[in-house]
Amino acid sequence: MKSSTLKPSTLKSSIVKPSTLKPSNTGIWRLALVILAAIAANGAAYADGSGDPAVASSDNGKYLDKNGNPTYHIGQDGTVDWYTFSGFRRYHSDCHVCHGPNGDGSSYAPALVDSLKTLSYSDFVNVVTNGRKHVDAANDKVMPSFASNVNVMCYIDDIYVYLRARSDNAIPGGRPPSHEDKPKAAEEAETSCTGIK
Amino acid sequence: MKKLLVVSTSVLGLMALHGSAARADDALAKLAKDPKQWVMQQGDDANTRYSKLNQINTSNVKKLVPAWTFSTGVLRGHEGGPLVVGDVMYVHTPFPNTVYALDLNHDGRIIWKYEPRQDPNVIPIMCCDTVNRGVAYADGKIFLHQADTTLVALDAKTGEKVWSVMDGEAGKGQSGTDAPFVFKDKVLVGVSGGEFGVRGWVSAYNIKDGKLAWRGYSEGPDSDTLIDPEKTTSLGKPVGPNSSTSTWEGDQWKIGGGDTWGWYSYDPELNLVYYGSGNPSTWNPVQRPGDNRWSMSIWARDLDTGKVKWIYQMTPHDEWDYDGVNEMILTDQTIDGKPRKLLTHFDRNGFGYTLDRTDGELLVAQKYDPAVNWATKVDMDKSSKTYGRPLVVDAYSTQHGGEDHNTKGICPAALGTKDEQPAAYSPETQLFYVPTNHVCMDYEPYKVSYTAGQAYVGAAVAMYPPKGDSNMGNFIAWDNKAGKIVWSDKEQFSAWGGALATAGGVVFYGTLEGYLKAVDAKTGKELYKFKTPSGIIGNVMTYEHGGKQYVAVLSGVGGWAGIGLAAGLLQPQNAAAWHNAVDQGKLPTQDKTVDTAGLGAVGGYAGLASYTSLGGTLTVFALPNE
Repeated sequence: MKSSTLKPSTLKSSIVKPSTLKPSNTGIWRLALVILAAIAANGAAYADGSGDPAVASSDNGKYLDKNGNPTYHIGQDGTVDWYTFSGFRRYHSDCHVCHGPNGDGSSYAPALVDSLKTLSYSDFVNVVTNGRKHVDAANDKVMPSFASNVNVMCYIDDIYVYLRARSDNAIPGGRPPSHEDKPKAAEEAETSCTGIK
Repeated sequence: MKKLLVVSTSVLGLMALHGSAARADDALAKLAKDPKQWVMQQGDDANTRYSKLNQINTSNVKKLVPAWTFSTGVLRGHEGGPLVVGDVMYVHTPFPNTVYALDLNHDGRIIWKYEPRQDPNVIPIMCCDTVNRGVAYADGKIFLHQADTTLVALDAKTGEKVWSVMDGEAGKGQSGTDAPFVFKDKVLVGVSGGEFGVRGWVSAYNIKDGKLAWRGYSEGPDSDTLIDPEKTTSLGKPVGPNSSTSTWEGDQWKIGGGDTWGWYSYDPELNLVYYGSGNPSTWNPVQRPGDNRWSMSIWARDLDTGKVKWIYQMTPHDEWDYDGVNEMILTDQTIDGKPRKLLTHFDRNGFGYTLDRTDGELLVAQKYDPAVNWATKVDMDKSSKTYGRPLVVDAYSTQHGGEDHNTKGICPAALGTKDEQPAAYSPETQLFYVPTNHVCMDYEPYKVSYTAGQAYVGAAVAMYPPKGDSNMGNFIAWDNKAGKIVWSDKEQFSAWGGALATAGGVVFYGTLEGYLKAVDAKTGKELYKFKTPSGIIGNVMTYEHGGKQYVAVLSGVGGWAGIGLAAGLLQPQNAAAWHNAVDQGKLPTQDKTVDTAGLGAVGGYAGLASYTSLGGTLTVFALPNE
């Protein structure tokens, strides 16, 4: 590689434009209203953006809440479902270098255990997919787009349920000492999504 | 106003002194010999970080007070340190990489400020905060290596851009964090991106016009690495053809890491440049069979051509992220009655190495933290098949444990026994003063796939202090000939600030809580400490101005230390919480060995966040006026 071929323009070509789906202030307000409505409707005391994490259904070791969004399952003895465990691992490879161990934040990226209190599942997916920027005189926070990163995108539900559990204080930090077996469905999805055998 | 004019003329005088580019190297060498100035990040070409100034000494250092301070206006982690050339101090910041020229005749009044425009998309590709390790000076120019890999030469007098060159591609995960280094007529820069599959290189540009003189890669064919199969030696033997590519499977070397983001030193007599290469990519060792040369190596390159004289790989086939980028300190000492030209290096892997820098002969390799357990020793038997290699302990080998297996209790952690924070050497005590980490880890590798510009890590890591200890750092004095610790001071957190040794018999360093500390070079006894506005990951420097000695350091917590330590290395607490969560200690099936042994020490290491907060500040210390 000759230095003359390394032009600043090559940098630009790789920039993924932030999508219009980024949560806006109005979006957050609308979300807040939805949450209020939800609380009013069923009296549940979950003021988090993801709503009531209670398991409403399960499919091959994957747990869903009543809205059909992924959720965690923690057994009486602390055994976590496979996806929560997998999320713990994936988080501690690709996310913790900025967001700190256990989702607790670092000196330069927010604590996701707090962020998940206001982000819904779709907000979460949007931010991870499209990234977001907060750059001005006082801030230089940039979340990259992970859209092309299979190490993240193929495990986005795993990471979500792990952080959801952390945010709800359903599990402590650190490595879950015990987890449900890896479902065959998870293995198949992994192979077809990542292309890694 | 009149005084300001005096400043400008003295700066002009400096320019005139070495205005001729051809002799710029002589001028810089001359400046570096003047202890009143601090014209390069490491103090001298040899990286000793030693100053002959002795006004501040062991008996009066306790009286030290802050003389003046300066806010950099940036919140992120501040590594590196300021330069002093003549009456001007040059201060840099992390991204956006602002440079200030401060007038020492006027308590640091701003002469000029340079702030490059950079695409903020470079921020998230900097794995461990947007750090920058400082600027370089030569030939009337200030050299800045920006986050986006731009190398820019600024007029030291005005801050105007003289030339600029883009050294890499941020879109591919390549970033700039290391300081540029000027040796003779060239300025050298490395590249960061070991967590993004970036194949490392070092580039040498002509300081006059920014033209690329040579570039040598860490991996690839001999034409890329500038290795000569016959003339380049490793442990005394020619390396043979394609010594790098033959140790990788297929084309993996193309995304093989070996990045070069550390410090550079230079021996003018041998005309050799010394530096280290970083971790191979990915962090999953199972995915990249072979020795993965020449990641994790000490390099000796000819300054004029970039050709490799000798090379030594410290950690073949890395399984722990033990980058080899830490500084190479060059000293002339006597061993067994014979004067030797030595190179001393404190590696992330926990071994302190002493080599003969003329030919790379390995003389000493000993642990500089007794907690180091991943290898029993480095094989020093020249007749052995494993000569020069670490003898790895299976129980702590993540390759041996394999993918999807959590290997526990490995010491040191991926941070290494020492990271980038440079050590210092005093020729008077012949001791090295080393800020260290005292942290262990669990490491679980698994398969990942490579996408250009995206993180390529492939391991989950959890860090915590060694069993039974509550200190996460030590500041030590090291004898490089015997390979022994002479004294060791415990630090609550990793000692992540670069050290300074002085002729006053005082050694300085900064701590993560924000203390500037002064200790006795002979005994390690603490003589002085002062809490600066934020945690220190910068390097202490000293200079003299108006007949007075000053000591300066940048505060501003962050860097890799800001990731784990800000949130607290809470592994034992976590283990305890799980322990309680799981049915009064009746642990479920898979993992009966949740480690609760460290529980007694829980109170000892609350998070760093309860000690300090963000903010870049320069604090300059001096003795009070009598």
